[in-house]
Amino acid sequence: MTSQTKSGAHIRVRRYSGSARVNHWIVATTFVLLLVSGLSLFHPSLYPLSALFGGGEVVRWLHPWMGLVLAAAFLGLFIRFFWQNLPEFTDFVWVARIRHVLTGNDQYLPEIGKYNAGQKFVFWAQFALVGTLLVTGIGLWEAGLGYFEELLGLKATIEQKRWAAVIHASAAVLAIAIWIIHVYAAIWVRGTISAMTRGTVSGGWGFRHHRKWLRKEIDKGEIERPRMTAAE
Amino acid sequence: MFPPLPNPTTKPGGPKFGEADLIRRSASTVTPPAERQTEVAKLIDVTKCIGCKACQTACLEWNDLREEVGVNVGEYDNPHDLTPNSWTLMRYTEYENPGTGNLEWLIRKDGCMHCEDPGCLKACPAPGAIVQYSNGIVDFIHENCIGCGYCVKGCPFNIPRISKVDHKAYKCTLCSDRVAVGQGPACQKACPTQAIVFGTKDEMKQWADKRIADLKSRGFDKAGLYDPPGVSGTHVMYVLHHADKPHVYAGLPDNPRISPLVDAWKGVGKYAGMAVIALTAAAGMIHHILQGPNRVTEEEEESADKLAGGKT
Repeated sequence: MTSQTKSGAHIRVRRYSGSARVNHWIVATTFVLLLVSGLSLFHPSLYPLSALFGGGEVVRWLHPWMGLVLAAAFLGLFIRFFWQNLPEFTDFVWVARIRHVLTGNDQYLPEIGKYNAGQKFVFWAQFALVGTLLVTGIGLWEAGLGYFEELLGLKATIEQKRWAAVIHASAAVLAIAIWIIHVYAAIWVRGTISAMTRGTVSGGWGFRHHRKWLRKEIDKGEIERPRMTAAE
Repeated sequence: MFPPLPNPTTKPGGPKFGEADLIRRSASTVTPPAERQTEVAKLIDVTKCIGCKACQTACLEWNDLREEVGVNVGEYDNPHDLTPNSWTLMRYTEYENPGTGNLEWLIRKDGCMHCEDPGCLKACPAPGAIVQYSNGIVDFIHENCIGCGYCVKGCPFNIPRISKVDHKAYKCTLCSDRVAVGQGPACQKACPTQAIVFGTKDEMKQWADKRIADLKSRGFDKAGLYDPPGVSGTHVMYVLHHADKPHVYAGLPDNPRISPLVDAWKGVGKYAGMAVIALTAAAGMIHHILQGPNRVTEEEEESADKLAGGKT
């Protein structure tokens, strides 16, 4: 495609550090494993997915442990990206112009910092859902609940565990739906994925989608100049 | 006296029911057998129970289980709760009857009720880990059990227990292995007062009627049969002297039913959840088909270079 810009001819902007990327992919990997193992116990027709892990018994013990890993890693992402995800006035303008967002008319949108309102929604929604899944998941954890009960000095009732089951399943469905939006947005907005693979995005990507952030990064010098400049 | 079950024949023969008689199988759809077997039931007459715990011992004995030596905390219940090894338990209640001022010692043999509409089976995610035979027996098939504990949440009577040893769920089998060869459950066989009797569900109801008539003639005008309709009846029933308030018998539920939470979780929730996930994915695909990719243009790259003070 001709519209594809040649890499190397333009500046690139540093978006995620190596540790942020590793942190992200720990969350991503555990999320997918939790999604597959969780769905295998959610609907009988998906039970065969448990074979990918070595059977239902493995899913039963592995899923909670992976959940703990995800929760800890997600906390890392939360601390890293907390400040840039605080709401600001531009977010309301962005939401009001959601039509232009969906039609890819970024020129009608205000200049945006590191994250737009949609990305912030994903951040805060997943934060709330991971927290919910963690608490309810511990409630459903047959082998591990006793430890937490002793730690907190309480005893979960069966009725509470029923609530935990319903809330855990509902929160998981929402988290999966938001994860689909997250992945889709990364695919739809071309040039995004390199932020999480190489750590950089093209200057044009920053100019088009996050101009305010781009200006700041340029000021800070967080850019990589092209090795070869185009012949004048 | 209820006529005792005859001894089984010594001639070899196959079991009276098996795989072909399943009417429900967890996380699976089964074609119910054309003919339903006669429904069986165990009737526990708490008014005849002397609390000897022979049934508890017989259960451990027949199923080759051992209970850990416990501690005495000043009550007769031993062990203090159902465990993965103790599938039945005598629960003792000292009840002050407000009507008569009498202190009554209520003794209820707790254990699986073998619901006609079993909540454990409804909640179970592992195909074939819980089955229901057409004679009404609800059984756990341990080779299929994954130990998730969902049955504990599904049960309206708080019966299943998860073993800390092999992480599988255990409860009373109604001695399905004995019933399969024409025997009654071990607890029934051991009961010295015929507080436990076993037969077809119809026989048990008729026997219960006689017992209730007798109790009423002795002044227990609220005596009755516990065969709760909320779970479509059970295959373990009680004769209670205070059938109007089952809860006085160590918390026997007054109107047990599968929790609406479990219904929502394992009923409509299953389909709604899958629908939400599928619709989100479909929305993404449709958006991409209609909208195409959101690409950065060459001009934008150049504008960025300019912002950075590049040579372009």
